[in-house]
Amino acid sequence: MQLTQRAKQVERKPMTLLEKIYLWNIAKGMLITIRHLFKRKATIKYPEETRSFSKVFRGVQILNRDEEGRERCTACGLCAVACPAEAITMEAAERQPGEEHLYREEKYAAKYEINMLRCIFCGYCEEACPKDAIYLTQTFAPANYGRQGFIYKKEDLLIPDPKEDPEGYQKALGEKSSKA
Amino acid sequence: MYLLAIDWFFILEKFLLIGLIVTLSMVVAMYATYGERKVAAWLQDRIGPNRAGPFGILQPLADGGKLFFKEEIIPLISSKFLFILGPCLAMITALLTSAVIPWSTPLHLFDKDIPLQVADINIGILYIFGVVSLGVYGIMIGGWASNNKFSLLAAVRGASQMVSYELPMGLALIAVLMLAGDLRMSVIVNNQIEHYWHIVYQPIGFIIFFVCALAECNRTPFDLPEAENELNFGYHQEYSSMKLGFYLFAEYINMFISGVVMSTLYFGGYDIPFVNEANWDINQNLLAIIGFAVLLAKAFFFVFVFMWIRWTIPRFRYDQLMKLGWRTLIPLALLNMVLTAAIVLWFKK
Repeated sequence: MQLTQRAKQVERKPMTLLEKIYLWNIAKGMLITIRHLFKRKATIKYPEETRSFSKVFRGVQILNRDEEGRERCTACGLCAVACPAEAITMEAAERQPGEEHLYREEKYAAKYEINMLRCIFCGYCEEACPKDAIYLTQTFAPANYGRQGFIYKKEDLLIPDPKEDPEGYQKALGEKSSKA
Repeated sequence: MYLLAIDWFFILEKFLLIGLIVTLSMVVAMYATYGERKVAAWLQDRIGPNRAGPFGILQPLADGGKLFFKEEIIPLISSKFLFILGPCLAMITALLTSAVIPWSTPLHLFDKDIPLQVADINIGILYIFGVVSLGVYGIMIGGWASNNKFSLLAAVRGASQMVSYELPMGLALIAVLMLAGDLRMSVIVNNQIEHYWHIVYQPIGFIIFFVCALAECNRTPFDLPEAENELNFGYHQEYSSMKLGFYLFAEYINMFISGVVMSTLYFGGYDIPFVNEANWDINQNLLAIIGFAVLLAKAFFFVFVFMWIRWTIPRFRYDQLMKLGWRTLIPLALLNMVLTAAIVLWFKK
């Protein structure tokens, strides 16, 4: 019974004399493999070299700050709602007087966690955010020894302060800087 | 010198030479594992081991260390004595072969000529054959003592394969012996230095010998005794720790030695190609070292070809293997032998 239309008739011709001797065909095969000896190697020596990603690569998230170094996130929870993998949790807190230099608006995220084992790097959180507070960068979450290490806290996610560490800020922003 | 006097210098010299050659074989085998992984990687567009030391050259040490620290498991129902004897035999026979190989021209030290050959016995090549045939016992005993059907199957395969391929190998060799007129390894090499290399007279003989050497070393395309995908590593499946290491090491030593034997029999041994080094006006010791390096280079080339073949072609089916051995190589070797004999007779007349 034919199940698909893709079945191909296999050739079952007896081998010719040249094929029976094997040597000629083996020599041809060896010529192919020896050519690969001189080809460029496909390996990337990972910790020393990293592969470059495209501009639209969706890597690990960062929590953005504004130009004065204040956190943009207001803990509205839209990213958590948008997240199809349910990887994001947060706790909101009210900004106290004297904390105006830390948080941009009256409400901020006291706790913000992304579980990188759940995250599917779809970028919906970035789309959902009304405050430009969360972005997907061009780096990926590095390997870790324990599951707990994959739950990224707010400290792991926050971008460096542009006033204290402008270089780190630009680096973390990467190619997104033109977009922000 | 009177009868029964012990020449201590002679004993010391031979002991040193044996130690040197055994060490050399071991080191070469160690780095052959590294070389194999590198060659495999290069042929597959990869880099290969590169983490342990610069370019990964400490990788064999790390592997060896790992093997030493692994747990030794001896199956309960297996014969313990035979189980341990297997890898020992494989290793011993692999190392014994190097005894009759002339490594280079004699060194001149302490007003004495020191031949760089452990024993220049008058049945040199026969000795090699005898020891290589013993090598099959390592596989057979190991496979039998494992008390595992895969190991046993592999051992049976290995034994019949080795027996089958020794025949054409021997027949191919007879042609070389007719050219050289002696079984002595040193005479075979000198004959090539005086005339042309034997490969010029014996191209078919060399191809037969090479194919059989692949089969004797259990290398692809004849690696049926350790066919990973059908026999779970074959005869050394039950082995762990350094006993497994011995089997793997013995294989690489065999590879190196067969490379050396091929260069000695067909490619002029320590003869430097295209020049007549006898006319050079340089130190005898220097010449010996150059000759030794040349022999090593030839042997390494063959080892590389072995690896190159391994990472190019798949394994033969068992019936194909037997058919190739009995119905192609043996008749071809016989024909080659008869033709050579006729030609030698014709020119001697």
